[in-house]
Amino acid sequence: MIDKFVRSAAAALEGVRDGATVLLPGFGDVGVPTALLEALIEHGARDLVLVCNSGGRDGSAVARLLSLGRVRKLVCSFVRPASDAGRLLTAGRLEVEVVPQGTLAERIRAAGAGIPAFYTPTAADTVLAEGREVRNINGAPCLLEYPLPGDVALIDAWQADRWGNLTYRETQRNFNPIMAMAAQLTVVQTRHTVELGAIPPEHVMTPGIFVNRVLHVPG
Amino acid sequence: MAASFTPLDRDGMAARAASDIPEGWVVNLGIGIPTEVANFIPADREVIIHAENGVIGAGPAPAPDAINPFLVNAGTQPITLRTGGSYVHHADSFAIARGGHLDLTILGAFEVSETGDLANWARAAHEPVKQIGGAMDLAIGAKRLWVIMEHTTKEGAPRLRRRCTYPLTAKGTMKRVYTNLAVLDVTPSGFLVRDIIPGLSFEELQARTDALLSR
Repeated sequence: MIDKFVRSAAAALEGVRDGATVLLPGFGDVGVPTALLEALIEHGARDLVLVCNSGGRDGSAVARLLSLGRVRKLVCSFVRPASDAGRLLTAGRLEVEVVPQGTLAERIRAAGAGIPAFYTPTAADTVLAEGREVRNINGAPCLLEYPLPGDVALIDAWQADRWGNLTYRETQRNFNPIMAMAAQLTVVQTRHTVELGAIPPEHVMTPGIFVNRVLHVPG
Repeated sequence: MAASFTPLDRDGMAARAASDIPEGWVVNLGIGIPTEVANFIPADREVIIHAENGVIGAGPAPAPDAINPFLVNAGTQPITLRTGGSYVHHADSFAIARGGHLDLTILGAFEVSETGDLANWARAAHEPVKQIGGAMDLAIGAKRLWVIMEHTTKEGAPRLRRRCTYPLTAKGTMKRVYTNLAVLDVTPSGFLVRDIIPGLSFEELQARTDALLSR
């Protein structure tokens, strides 16, 4: 019997190593797997590469992970100057790679989809293209981009069954489905657990084949 | 003689842009004044508002007692979903922006140029702390890009320029700019003035603009 439920946050993150690349979804406070992020802080892994949309607001779990010095490099679409991430960056204590948000999403998608590289017009005419491969395609400059795979993805779901089939609520979805597909180990926290088959097949948003472990974290 | 004109305020600029959006368009509204454009689209005109975090058909802000913490817009403000609306994940949301599925994107800007360049993400090319977000993706790919911005800086420096002095967000994609003084189209021969607020002359508008204007 396939059963991906785990009993504890520690079991959910077992085997996450120092130096791992962690895919962390969320847009603002929505769709952030906060319990798994707290568990990652507790777990103690260091030297991480963190891929998430922003450096987070002060007081957030992301900001805490950063200020504890656990992250070697942050890959994100923006950093607020007046935030822990902004101050660490200015002080030279955090490496940051800033990627346009659509390119960030597509690089993650490409990692899960087996696309080894792609060209995009986004940022091709900007300072982000300096020193990079730019190719003229159909008359427009395009920038070569590579996938962003994760060693582990931490996912925030609304419902999950024992196979790991998932649903998300409203804008909770954001980066979750593409990150779930892009990591070696995909760990989910879910607000609700349901019987296998309870989610109508047409309504499954992330099929369980992309999921390794599920932790029930009631809201 | 003292100037006898009243520049549009934020609501005035947002309302002016909203009046040019027809029924049926799919529109992305950037953070700031562009977001407020939605408030001035009449309820009976069906315009589909896209938000970069995966909302198709964003509706107005909810009543304070009806906030859904799972439903926010690109500025992470609580919103509602219009009947008929839907949600997509982030890669699909930016496929909508990049893939030509938006009739219109409206963004704010620090500067724009007479060749349609947009500068709206940084005031210096190599600032260590970068705040790009979705701007570079949203500034390309839509069928048309409009900008809403003050015509000059607080100090009076022109922001409609021959060439942008700030780092670019995108090159040559901006088609129209709504300022607190005028509406201008970007044409192959530069800025064409479509509309000036009452009491301001073309010459007075030119004096507040770096780029050469035509009418």
